[in-house]
Amino acid sequence: MAVPLVYNVRSVRQRWVSSVVAVLGIAGTVGVFVAMLAMARGFRATMVSSGAPENAIVRRAGADSEMVSSVPIDAVRVIESAAGVRREDGRPMVSAEVVVVAAFPLAATGTDANVQVRGVSARALEVRRGVRVVEGRFLEPGLAELVVGRNAARTYVGLELGSVVRFGGGDWKVVGVFDAGSSAFDSEVWCDATVLSEVYKRPTNVFQSVTARLTSPAELTRFKDELTSDPRLSVQVDRETDYYDKQSRMLTNLIRTLGFLVAAIMAIGAVFGALNTMYSAVAERSREIATLRAMGFSGGVVIVSFVVEALLISLVGGLLGCLVVLPLNGFTTGTINWQTFSHLAFAFKVTPDLLLAGVAFALLMGLVGGVPPAVRAARLPVAVALREL
Amino acid sequence: MKFLRLVWSNLTRKKVRTTLTIGSFVVALFLFGLLVTIRGAFSGGVDVAAADRLSVINKTSLILPLPISYRERITGIEGVRGITFASWFGGVYQDERNFFPQFAVEPQSWLDVYPDYVVPEAEKQAFLADRQAALVGRALAKRFGFEVGDRIPLQGTIWPGTWEFNVAGIYDGSRPDVDTSTFLFRHDLLEETRQFGKGTVGWYVVRLDDPDDAVRVSAAIDEKFANSPYETLTQTEQAFAASFAKQMGNIELLVLVIGSVVFFTLLLVAGNTMAIAVRERTGELAVLKTVGYSDRAVLGLVLAEAVLIAGQGGLIGLLLAKLMTLGGDPTGGMLATFYLGWDSIALGFLLTLVVGTAAGLLPAVAAMRLRVVDALRRV
Repeated sequence: MAVPLVYNVRSVRQRWVSSVVAVLGIAGTVGVFVAMLAMARGFRATMVSSGAPENAIVRRAGADSEMVSSVPIDAVRVIESAAGVRREDGRPMVSAEVVVVAAFPLAATGTDANVQVRGVSARALEVRRGVRVVEGRFLEPGLAELVVGRNAARTYVGLELGSVVRFGGGDWKVVGVFDAGSSAFDSEVWCDATVLSEVYKRPTNVFQSVTARLTSPAELTRFKDELTSDPRLSVQVDRETDYYDKQSRMLTNLIRTLGFLVAAIMAIGAVFGALNTMYSAVAERSREIATLRAMGFSGGVVIVSFVVEALLISLVGGLLGCLVVLPLNGFTTGTINWQTFSHLAFAFKVTPDLLLAGVAFALLMGLVGGVPPAVRAARLPVAVALREL
Repeated sequence: MKFLRLVWSNLTRKKVRTTLTIGSFVVALFLFGLLVTIRGAFSGGVDVAAADRLSVINKTSLILPLPISYRERITGIEGVRGITFASWFGGVYQDERNFFPQFAVEPQSWLDVYPDYVVPEAEKQAFLADRQAALVGRALAKRFGFEVGDRIPLQGTIWPGTWEFNVAGIYDGSRPDVDTSTFLFRHDLLEETRQFGKGTVGWYVVRLDDPDDAVRVSAAIDEKFANSPYETLTQTEQAFAASFAKQMGNIELLVLVIGSVVFFTLLLVAGNTMAIAVRERTGELAVLKTVGYSDRAVLGLVLAEAVLIAGQGGLIGLLLAKLMTLGGDPTGGMLATFYLGWDSIALGFLLTLVVGTAAGLLPAVAAMRLRVVDALRRV
């Protein structure tokens, strides 16, 4: 026998107050669930897109981030001549870099944030093809000039094109703005490596990391083997994408763990809400249910019909939750990357699969909240229920 | 009080519904406890930081060092009661995932400036006597099963090589919200062994005679080193911790938003259930009024029911949350402090009662206004 679906849809509308309550409970849960995952995903995407598969990053052995690494100039020369490094006009595509942290005030709050300042070599743009100058020009080697990432220019005070900023005991002129395709570099400030070392009174001719563009992603193994087996060097080599993936893992895991935890607890609450709504629906309509049964609808049909009603409520809730979170897509926020102690801007990424997961989560809650009341509805003794008020 | 039995029988009449409503409160308040705890962990020591301590860092950047000679020069400034220093070590224990902060500290002065760290006298003496000694926080010791006498190897990332330490003691916090997830060892060992960076320290911590003096002393310290190669930035420990917390992003807002969503939903669920319960019992309430119960007594009965449900649920939820925080940090050491204070529990309970009353108010007023004749006729 057909399931009386129209009956269910109408009764949801009829008892709209308690339906709305259940819908809101589920919408809130789904919203939080999707938002947390979107945040974790956005952070990870920002980090991972910083790397290119054909790039290799070389650091001192044992240094888990660029911040604590050091690579002397003779090692840089060895790396430049290694097999697998891409050459153009006879010059190796290698950028030896110095990374420091400087404090700039956040435009939003006025408090200082630690901004990653990267001293690069002249070939940095050729090594990192994802980065291009969109305003002004690239820096001249040997001059105290800055090019700033798109996000950095927006997020921190005093980094507008043409302005002069003072940090690390030197005056720097902002000559350009670069776009790094929403990667971590967009939150960075770049300058000449040698000038940066001088201003920061770091030992000259010592760099922190060397990024090399290889002839192809497959060359990495050969490049790595050659460098790590070279007795003159004590370095570790990672594919750039792997390096940034690893850096993002800690915070991504933290957000995800907390997100799942909070969503799980909220889900229990939402299921309670759904159960309550459905139980009272069954209680209030015991006479109607008995009438259905008396008309010949079987117990199974009643179960299906009430479960469908619960699913309908949860579907609306799930969709509503997703709809509320959708505007978060692209919303840019900042956090500290603990591996480098520096501030990093990233955008929430609400992707279709996350929304799908959110709706599936809602339906699951609806199922758990709908089945027990539906079973009770089917078990109602027809004669007694009909006689009731 | 004599109506308590009546209220109780009403509650136990629809056991499933009452249980579910109580359950909603349990979940909501459990979540409240959890969110408060997470907020506390993220604001990382802002509440814990003492007002009478200043931190002195390199003005250019936190990661740049300061010369060791500043110790004497800062000590000479009026209003400075004590000074100590530390350096970030950044070692790896077995695997990169086992992250915990390690500081090289000057033992005696550190413990003087941080009375928040409680160490048994014998263990303190051991720390002072052995150059390779280390002090381990209680939470950290619990996480990795460190015990006094253990030998712990750390892989240096800033200063390469394997560094070995003897656990001389385990420190507790003087208050439960003190971060005990750090690893302290002796600065003289670092100074002697490291290949570069000799003669420098990471940062200084200054203890003041009088917390109200913070502004003057901070200015005096920064002025003293102005225009030197190593300019300083001095701020209260609270401001220092807060600047870190701010950079973490707006966790507080997030917590507030989730919290409000949950409470709003909860209010709806509870209010809805109460309304249904009252609607079902319209006849009974009318009978109560007929036999002489005043309007106010009926109002009280319905409200008492609501508050009783909310109170039970809230209390269970908060205690569960407390129990969970006692079990330790679920993220495996990424949150420095994971602690739910009794003041937060009290606040949560108060909130529960307010929500319970608010949820019960509408149906209770409806019950009070009920006209006996109408209600009896409806049946």
